[in-house]
Amino acid sequence: MPGAVFWFAAGLAAYLLGALAGLACWRRPADARRIACGLALAGSLLLAVSAAAALAGGKAVTWTLPVGLTLFPWTVRLDPLSAFFALTLALLAIAVSIYSIGYLKEMEGKRNIGILTFFYNLLLLSLALVFTAANAFFFLIAWELMSITAFCLVTFEHEKPEARRAAELFLVMSHAGTGLLLAGLLILGASGGGADLARFDFARFHLLASTLSPFDQGFVFLLFFVGFGVKAGIVPLHIWLPDAHPVAPSNISALMSGIVIKSGIYGMARVFFDFYGPPPLWMGTLVLAVGVVTALVGVLCALMEHDIKRLLAYHSIENIGIILMGFGAALMFRALDHAALAAMALVAALFHTMNHAIFKGLLFLAAGSVVQATKTRNMEAMGGLVRRMPATAFFFLIGAVAISGLPPLNGFVSEWLTYQALLAGFGTTESLTRVMFPLAGSLLALTAALAATCFVKAFGIPFLALPRSEAAANAGESNQAMQVGMGLLAAACFVLGLGATWIFPMFDPITRNAFGVDISSTMVAASGFALRGGSPHAGTVSTFGIALTFAALVAAAVFLIGRRMQHATRATGPSWDCGLPGLTADNEYTAAAFSKPLRMIFAAFYRPSQEIQPQYDVSPYYPSSIHFESEVEPIFERHIYDPLSHWIFGLARRMRAIQAGSIHAYLAYIFVTLVLMLLFGVRS
Amino acid sequence: MAVLQLILLLGIAPLVSGVIKTLKARLQIRRGPGILQPYRDLHKLFHKGMVLPDSASWIFTATPFVVFAATLIAGLMLPMMSAEAPLGLFGGMLAIVYLLGLGRFFLALGGLDTGSSFGGLGASREMTIAALAEPAMMMAIFTVGIGANSTSLSEVARTAIGNNLAFLAPAQMLAFVALFLVLIAETGRIPVDNPATHLELTMIHEAMILEYSGPYLGLIEWGSSIKQLLLMTLLINSFLPFGLHREWSVGGTLLSLFYLLIKLLLLSCTIVLTETANAKMRLFRVPEMLAVAFTLGALGLISTFLF
Repeated sequence: MPGAVFWFAAGLAAYLLGALAGLACWRRPADARRIACGLALAGSLLLAVSAAAALAGGKAVTWTLPVGLTLFPWTVRLDPLSAFFALTLALLAIAVSIYSIGYLKEMEGKRNIGILTFFYNLLLLSLALVFTAANAFFFLIAWELMSITAFCLVTFEHEKPEARRAAELFLVMSHAGTGLLLAGLLILGASGGGADLARFDFARFHLLASTLSPFDQGFVFLLFFVGFGVKAGIVPLHIWLPDAHPVAPSNISALMSGIVIKSGIYGMARVFFDFYGPPPLWMGTLVLAVGVVTALVGVLCALMEHDIKRLLAYHSIENIGIILMGFGAALMFRALDHAALAAMALVAALFHTMNHAIFKGLLFLAAGSVVQATKTRNMEAMGGLVRRMPATAFFFLIGAVAISGLPPLNGFVSEWLTYQALLAGFGTTESLTRVMFPLAGSLLALTAALAATCFVKAFGIPFLALPRSEAAANAGESNQAMQVGMGLLAAACFVLGLGATWIFPMFDPITRNAFGVDISSTMVAASGFALRGGSPHAGTVSTFGIALTFAALVAAAVFLIGRRMQHATRATGPSWDCGLPGLTADNEYTAAAFSKPLRMIFAAFYRPSQEIQPQYDVSPYYPSSIHFESEVEPIFERHIYDPLSHWIFGLARRMRAIQAGSIHAYLAYIFVTLVLMLLFGVRS
Repeated sequence: MAVLQLILLLGIAPLVSGVIKTLKARLQIRRGPGILQPYRDLHKLFHKGMVLPDSASWIFTATPFVVFAATLIAGLMLPMMSAEAPLGLFGGMLAIVYLLGLGRFFLALGGLDTGSSFGGLGASREMTIAALAEPAMMMAIFTVGIGANSTSLSEVARTAIGNNLAFLAPAQMLAFVALFLVLIAETGRIPVDNPATHLELTMIHEAMILEYSGPYLGLIEWGSSIKQLLLMTLLINSFLPFGLHREWSVGGTLLSLFYLLIKLLLLSCTIVLTETANAKMRLFRVPEMLAVAFTLGALGLISTFLF
């Protein structure tokens, strides 16, 4: 029986073939679509098998890619943490690849599908390598490959200025982050002296950080946190994300929001829980605080967004915040020497990572169907789609319920675990730090409730009531491949939600590696039927039980009402519209109106400005039309990034003085630098 | 015992609504409809035909069932007749909060589905207020949960039974007040919302369900009164569990039930007094009230450092 490594290699080969097939079918879009996406699907299936095998095995397996570089070996290592992220990638990529077969059909003849599928396969390949790279150099190569293919995909519709702008911002931010990572990895690798390249093996980094001086430890920690944070989209480093994710084609958006940002989460997990030993308390506190702020800012921005894909992108920021809360709590528990609690918080964060990949992928795919059918991303121009696109609407609803953390779907389980970890945190320390836990918990509750509000809007406005535009009225259901892709992810929301207890042992190898404890035995109660939070008296939850009871109660109610209705009339009539003749789409509540109360309540954050211009024909009491414009201030851009870029440009202008263009001056600079370097060398 | 509690929830929830209505009327020197009126209303609704808005989809039809079932499951997770909750294994405080959230999510969608402005208006306001009530509720839950070191309501009730004067601790009292304010907001009572009004501009909950009629309206109304009973019982049995028996037994259950009814009556009186003594607030004053609730909850937690 071939092992995990074999399937992994086969998966990589399939991705590579898929990329080449995309290039080969440059002029035959239908073939590019079927063959390249088919190979991506095959690669993802193989990767899923490999990751599942590695996770089940529980031990790290290593394999060096035969590329002939002995100095920088391209080694992959499938340890439980890597295997978990690879599995998440594979599950999402299976569904997205099926969806893409149908989704790209629309583009045939209009766009170069060959090049899109080339980058698509390359992105999956690089992600698989990022999650499994076993040494610093190979990791950075994979990381860069991922960033650059993502850049190419963001800028795929490059005739649009917004796509070019978003891609440029993405590239700049992403490289600033990579610079910090490089510095961090070099400092870690160089610690202990010597210049042997083999020392950059990740296995050697294990607990290495603890040998650094406390100051260096903190410094390196910050380098990694910020460096990976840029990719994950933590506030205030998130500004590229809501621009970059929506402008890509929707299947790519699903990957970007579902799994590419998780590379940052993977990096943090690797550094925080593998490289570092027990950390000082401030690290966890910082991560927890950043997580809370990220979650809240993400959801508040999403509420004001009426572009359906930008809204989803902001929700990715929110969910990254929730994941970071779990990481922060885990770090704090480790600092306080509570291994079991740390394991629970880590599992909460990792489970949410997987869940978010699934439901955010689903939401982006459904949004992609809607955008393809209505040719707009503006929710205010949709409406009534539940009748025209019933399957898409149903799948979007599943995603919306899951991301809002409502039972019994998967989002609820991971949020429940996060609450349990935060609740247990209060008793772990006597210091004032413990107030952090309930505070974070109640802000998580606020975040989740605001997310539910936002998804009432995101489902209600585009899908319910009457169509608000011609395009929405004529929209049709998406094709079968797209429905299958979405259906798979919707089913995964149910499986991960209802089957949480049976999936739970999957996390054991990860927590065993990180903290040396298994928690599934204490957390799975009632013979696999319910989940118990940590201690024996802690609360339990059973999504399966809830779902069963729910189904029984609904069935009973439907039966009783159905019997009643046999003898009663059932008519349809127009909705009440204050006696006006005929309800039109103009009477409907808009997305802007829906979020208005929150815009006013959080005015200090949004700083909204609005402009109303009525136009009159005859009487000043009856306006013939009203022009309404409302805007919220992009607070981070205006107060952090604008001054920063202003400062950088000012510095660059001043630097211009030494760039005179005279070769003599340049030679002088080189000479002075050389002398200074020599002096520096001699001195030390 | 799950069936017993199910019958109890379905049976006495309208009664509690009726008692509150009648008490309120008496306090305002009106005669009131009598405490059995909600049963008559439900009977009437379930025997009528219905009119569905022509712009609505299957979401509109599914909503009453989802709301009804979600609220009932939440109710079954509650210790009512003894400290042992029938479905305690399926979830505790957190699950109850999120199940009520599921019901609200669908109610808001049902409101938007009608296509009229009122539905959207109600949905928007209800979701906003609920979102702002959530941190206060979670803060109070944390305070209670930390005492018992659990989110299981049975554990909370058992801890509280063991220490009958525990509710005098500042943390418990502050959390109680916070949760009471949340109860007012969540059940749509004055000063947040007026359950008796159909005045167009001030409706919140009623605006969402304006288009429902017949048995569907009956289900939603029933669900709402169950939710009210649930939140009241949650408040009572987490903070003031006198008379609640630890285990199931015929006598103990009857006694627990007796005490519960008395405490429900007292809590109803408190609600009626609050409703009568206050005028309805402007919508944008509600966040301030909920901020007060949140602050009280937070103070309660911090006070655990001092006492």
